[in-house]
Amino acid sequence: MEIRKSYFADERRDDLKEIGQSRQRSDTAGHVRGITPFYADRHVPALLHLRMVRSPHHHARILRIDTSAAERHPGVKRIITAKDVPHNVYTVLNLINIGPEDEPVLAFDKVRWLGEPVVAIVADSERGAYEAAALVRVDYEELPAVFDVEEALRPGAPLVNEYHGQNYYRYDSGASRKVKLGDVEAGFRKADHILEERYDSSPMEHAPTETTGCIVVPDQNNRLTCYTGTQAIFFTLDNASIILDIPGQRLHFIGGTAGGGFGGKVDCTVEPITLLAAMLTGRPVAFIYNRYEEMQISSARAAERIYIKDGLTKDGRIVARQVRCYVDSGAYSRHSPYGAQKAAAHFPGPYSIPNVEIDCYCVYTNRTPSSSMRGFGVTIADFALEVQMDKLARIIGMDPLEFRFINAYRDGDMKAHRQLTEGAALIECMQEASIWANWPVESRFLKMSSREKRG
Amino acid sequence: MTKVPVQMTVNGEERAEFVDSGTTLLRFLRDKIGDLTPKAGCLQGTCGTCTVVVDGEPRLACITLAEDCRGGTVETVAGLSADGKLHPLQQALLDHFAAQCGFCTPGMLMAAKALLDANPHPDRADVEDALSGNICRCTGYEPIIRAVLSVSRSHARRGTPERGAV
Amino acid sequence: MTLAYQSFNDPQAASRFLAERQEARLLGGGTILVRRVNEGDISIGTYVRLLAPELKQIDVTDDMVRLGAGVTMSRIAKTPGLAFLAPVAKSIGGPAVRSAATVGGNLFARSPYGDFGVALLALDAVVSIASPEGFGEFDLETFFKSRTQLAAASIVTAVRFPRPMPDDFRFVKISRVKPNGAAVLSIAAVVSTTEGRVSAARVALGAMAGTPVRAHSLEEALKGAALTPHEIERIVASAVADTSPSSDAIASEWYRKAVLPVHLRRLLSS
Repeated sequence: MEIRKSYFADERRDDLKEIGQSRQRSDTAGHVRGITPFYADRHVPALLHLRMVRSPHHHARILRIDTSAAERHPGVKRIITAKDVPHNVYTVLNLINIGPEDEPVLAFDKVRWLGEPVVAIVADSERGAYEAAALVRVDYEELPAVFDVEEALRPGAPLVNEYHGQNYYRYDSGASRKVKLGDVEAGFRKADHILEERYDSSPMEHAPTETTGCIVVPDQNNRLTCYTGTQAIFFTLDNASIILDIPGQRLHFIGGTAGGGFGGKVDCTVEPITLLAAMLTGRPVAFIYNRYEEMQISSARAAERIYIKDGLTKDGRIVARQVRCYVDSGAYSRHSPYGAQKAAAHFPGPYSIPNVEIDCYCVYTNRTPSSSMRGFGVTIADFALEVQMDKLARIIGMDPLEFRFINAYRDGDMKAHRQLTEGAALIECMQEASIWANWPVESRFLKMSSREKRG
Repeated sequence: MTKVPVQMTVNGEERAEFVDSGTTLLRFLRDKIGDLTPKAGCLQGTCGTCTVVVDGEPRLACITLAEDCRGGTVETVAGLSADGKLHPLQQALLDHFAAQCGFCTPGMLMAAKALLDANPHPDRADVEDALSGNICRCTGYEPIIRAVLSVSRSHARRGTPERGAV
Repeated sequence: MTLAYQSFNDPQAASRFLAERQEARLLGGGTILVRRVNEGDISIGTYVRLLAPELKQIDVTDDMVRLGAGVTMSRIAKTPGLAFLAPVAKSIGGPAVRSAATVGGNLFARSPYGDFGVALLALDAVVSIASPEGFGEFDLETFFKSRTQLAAASIVTAVRFPRPMPDDFRFVKISRVKPNGAAVLSIAAVVSTTEGRVSAARVALGAMAGTPVRAHSLEEALKGAALTPHEIERIVASAVADTSPSSDAIASEWYRKAVLPVHLRRLLSS
């Protein structure tokens, strides 16, 4: 590996000791010996097993829940419904004041997505729990469902989440996170070409090799130890404390070692209910997603729909960019309001555009709630932006890399969200890429600098 | 409760336990033997994290019954290092940065061991086939393949080891 | 509630047991059955293991091959007299699956799986079945057509087929995940030629219908044809008529129909 020390040399000390050196990860020795302690790697005597009864409908009212036959099933120790959960309706980002609380731990009046948890079965064997789960009777009244972000926003669309009152997250800026610089309509009038495109992405499942789960062991001093694969240990502990209405110091979370996370193990969907099961039975309880649950039930990256309208001059400057982005949050918020906000800050991309208008919506549909995944809010936006850049270059017959040089932001440029650009390095990265990818560009681009104002 | 006796050799040790009928080899190893090295990634026989070696063949412990392994010889990662010294495959994965989260690593090691025990000088296609039943979501497979090939090359340089010596 | 495990030495006794006990299922390699139990299928209560030695037998003569239903893919891949079947056996999952997957089990795998069954279909295999009433033999095509109606107590004990001439058997499995991923489609063909013209042809397709199917229209078109590029091009289009592929996570119905002629052309030209 090489480090290009010539770039920005005057901004940087040249006494690097670690960067550029080959260093072994601290956990690999444990991995190759098979002794890395994943949450399920422990021996727990008298362990109980939790299995969840889930909604078979995308959208339905719950009329009646009958657990009597399940309760009589041999091996069943406890059956948990919404009334047993001290603080049933929560939202994970309430910790940083992003409300309202909009998601039940266990559904009680309605279900809003196929797979939503309704009844938790705690039994002395996995098999017994599956058998008891099959004996639970839930009567539903099906409701019309909506699966498309734009349809969800049309008047008359089924209301997905009553805690919001409409099918979008209400920011303080209104129905969308907004960014505005200059006047896009004036920019479009000045443009020689207009390009309007729509980009769609599907939900993307993290599919870690280790499934989501936890094992809770009651401690002798009125505490509960939770072994979990969560990526967000303190975050989950705090949310569990709220949901269970117990002081945080009664909880002892052990973990932070995930068999693959990628952002998918941050939703607190297993720890609170398992902790409650351990509290109600006084016994250790394991709740481990099976592979179906990991793929279908656990959150995925939000599907997004992005409209980009650009005004382009014939010499290759983007003079106006208008973006409308719809993030499909599914039935509940989780991390999506934050994701949509990040998207708003990320558009229009690392380019200097004088007229910009961004609207990012966090939309509720009857789909599996989405959540964080590897750069959520940014990754899909970049897919749309960069495909758009290639299409723009093609319109005027310009090389796509050279087109990006022309529009790249530089130090001192005003960004769309009113921050001055500083520490820009896009131009230098593209110069190196041009050399390494053997993608030649005109020599004037190789002489550009992020630190020089546009000529 | 139908409890049945199951006896087999695990990593060189004779083990005998009473288990519920229908217990998988994976649960037998993890819960009864106390060997936590094989993992439960899917319980479908599709991810390979439960790969162990039974009578010289790679097997998926999650869909194999302990009762069907009576009298058999089972090898897991727990038996790979002797006297605290890493097996060449373990050392190779370490040297080639071939593990990130580490969850697929035990399955990869046993799939690779089964290959090298049968074929000490595999080529790249052999290694890819041997690991084709093991899913990794982190490394992109290349470092793992290179690690196994490095052991193959060192076998070729130093001469084929006695079967069972590696 | 708890699982039971029953072993039998006699196929008919096992079959009678399966007929009497609704929750009993015959266990092969476990890739289908144990998986279902792991995933919470509570309708399965008893594993039935058939230990009859003939299930593990491989008989190869000059003109006939007989495979016991319990023979694994990894054993087939290692059997010298079955070298022509090795590519098929090696395509059935990774090595750990091949150590467990059996000939009999593969006949019950749901599309897009079951590629060994595709090869057997092209090889004109006959399947032996034990039932409470006795034993019977069926050609594989009839077996696949009535597979879902087959009584739960029916046990496949063996398959046999005429040994093909060395160069007559062809097989290809198209996967997106390489190596050894599930099939977009698979094709097995036994094509004999005399003086450059096709004298006999059997072609079976996998992942192109609910079970492996014979491509009868294609076989008709192949009769007497010269396998020149021009002729092959004309012939392969007829294969799609006998197919009804599904759309699944591997490929769509449209894609499977679109690429089938392409892969047929390549296979017949090789």
